[in-house]
Amino acid sequence: MSKLAELISRNEGQIHTDWMAHMSKSVRRSDLMDESELDEQTRGLLDALILAMKADDSLELSQSAWTPVKDLMSGISASRARLGFTPEETATFVLSLKQPIFVMLRRELSKVPDEQFNEIWKTTQLIDALAMQTTQAYISTREELILRQQHEVLELSTPVVKLWEGILALPIIGTLDSARTQVVMESLLQTVVATNSKVAIIDITGVPTVDTLVAQHLLKTITAARLMGAECIISGVRPQIAQTIVHLGINLEQVITKARLSDAFALALQRSGRKVVRIVAGAESHALSAAEGRKESS
Amino acid sequence: MERIPILRMGPFLLITIQVDMHDRLAMQLQEDVTQRISEWGATGVLIDISSLEIVDSFIGRMLANIAAMSRVLGAETVVVGMQPAVAITLVELGMSLPGVRTALNVESGMELLYESPAAMQAGLANDSDES
Repeated sequence: MSKLAELISRNEGQIHTDWMAHMSKSVRRSDLMDESELDEQTRGLLDALILAMKADDSLELSQSAWTPVKDLMSGISASRARLGFTPEETATFVLSLKQPIFVMLRRELSKVPDEQFNEIWKTTQLIDALAMQTTQAYISTREELILRQQHEVLELSTPVVKLWEGILALPIIGTLDSARTQVVMESLLQTVVATNSKVAIIDITGVPTVDTLVAQHLLKTITAARLMGAECIISGVRPQIAQTIVHLGINLEQVITKARLSDAFALALQRSGRKVVRIVAGAESHALSAAEGRKESS
Repeated sequence: MERIPILRMGPFLLITIQVDMHDRLAMQLQEDVTQRISEWGATGVLIDISSLEIVDSFIGRMLANIAAMSRVLGAETVVVGMQPAVAITLVELGMSLPGVRTALNVESGMELLYESPAAMQAGLANDSDES
């Protein structure tokens, strides 16, 4: 057991009190975390630290004895990342442990300057490594969060809706890149199978620009749907986009395109042997007279 | 030797591919299909690939070939029940199977066959008797 471990373990209570006292207001963030939770975290960390120090003299974080400390640190840092602490606050939380230990070493080893310096140096290295670890864990938690959100946005932005029995609509909002095309294609084809739909309307009203790449992606989706036995109609082609398509020489001849979603829907209904009719005149006038009758009576 | 069975349904041929296709099997199928069409005078070929989960360019070309051969023999080909993953793979491989008609399931595939010009010419309609 090293001198340092022994000293820290002997003065644990004092160090803890000092640590809590020295932790500046900004690091503590009592608006995000209450006192008792912080107390628990600091105490747990100190205990784990002492345990690891006793087991391993080298103070190398890569040693297996340090795994519990690292896990604990990762947990603390991940929870702080989710609570909304900044990376600076999270790292400072660990770094603020230096001062109480230094104070303790100065007091305990005031007679032997060489040893004092050695222990201080060891402590600095250890705590810096821990702070590094914490920041690393903080960043990876954040990255996970961003990745998940990206995924959710991707999912949200490509809904496939059923308009009628056998008719699907796929409103696309935003630019179509290859990653998105993949998601769009998969969700469309899966829904085609699930709902047994013969017609799918791809609405591109929300697509800001259609260049050759986007057109190619659209054609891919349409071809895949055709291979499965579903027909695609493109709707929501704005005048500007129609001009761009022609200027770029994109061949959309084998695809049915319509200016508005309603036109496409009408065509889709026609293809599936249906049509929309106005309620017969007799029934309408009946409803009208009934409404008038109510008005008169009131 | 392993073979893919070809069933006769009235004037149409029904082929269900349920095993992994390999070169020899595919060649055998091409031979059998052309044989049966001329033998039975079929006006339509329906290929159900709903249990096919892996596809490569060879199988894609085989489907296109069967369709082309049938057309030469006066029969229409409909491929039904393609899985989404298979469709995506074929598109990524650049095979859009231009000469092949497709349908979601066997039922709608049959409808397509009944409506096809070849069937019409042979005087078939949905309600015709199968004598």
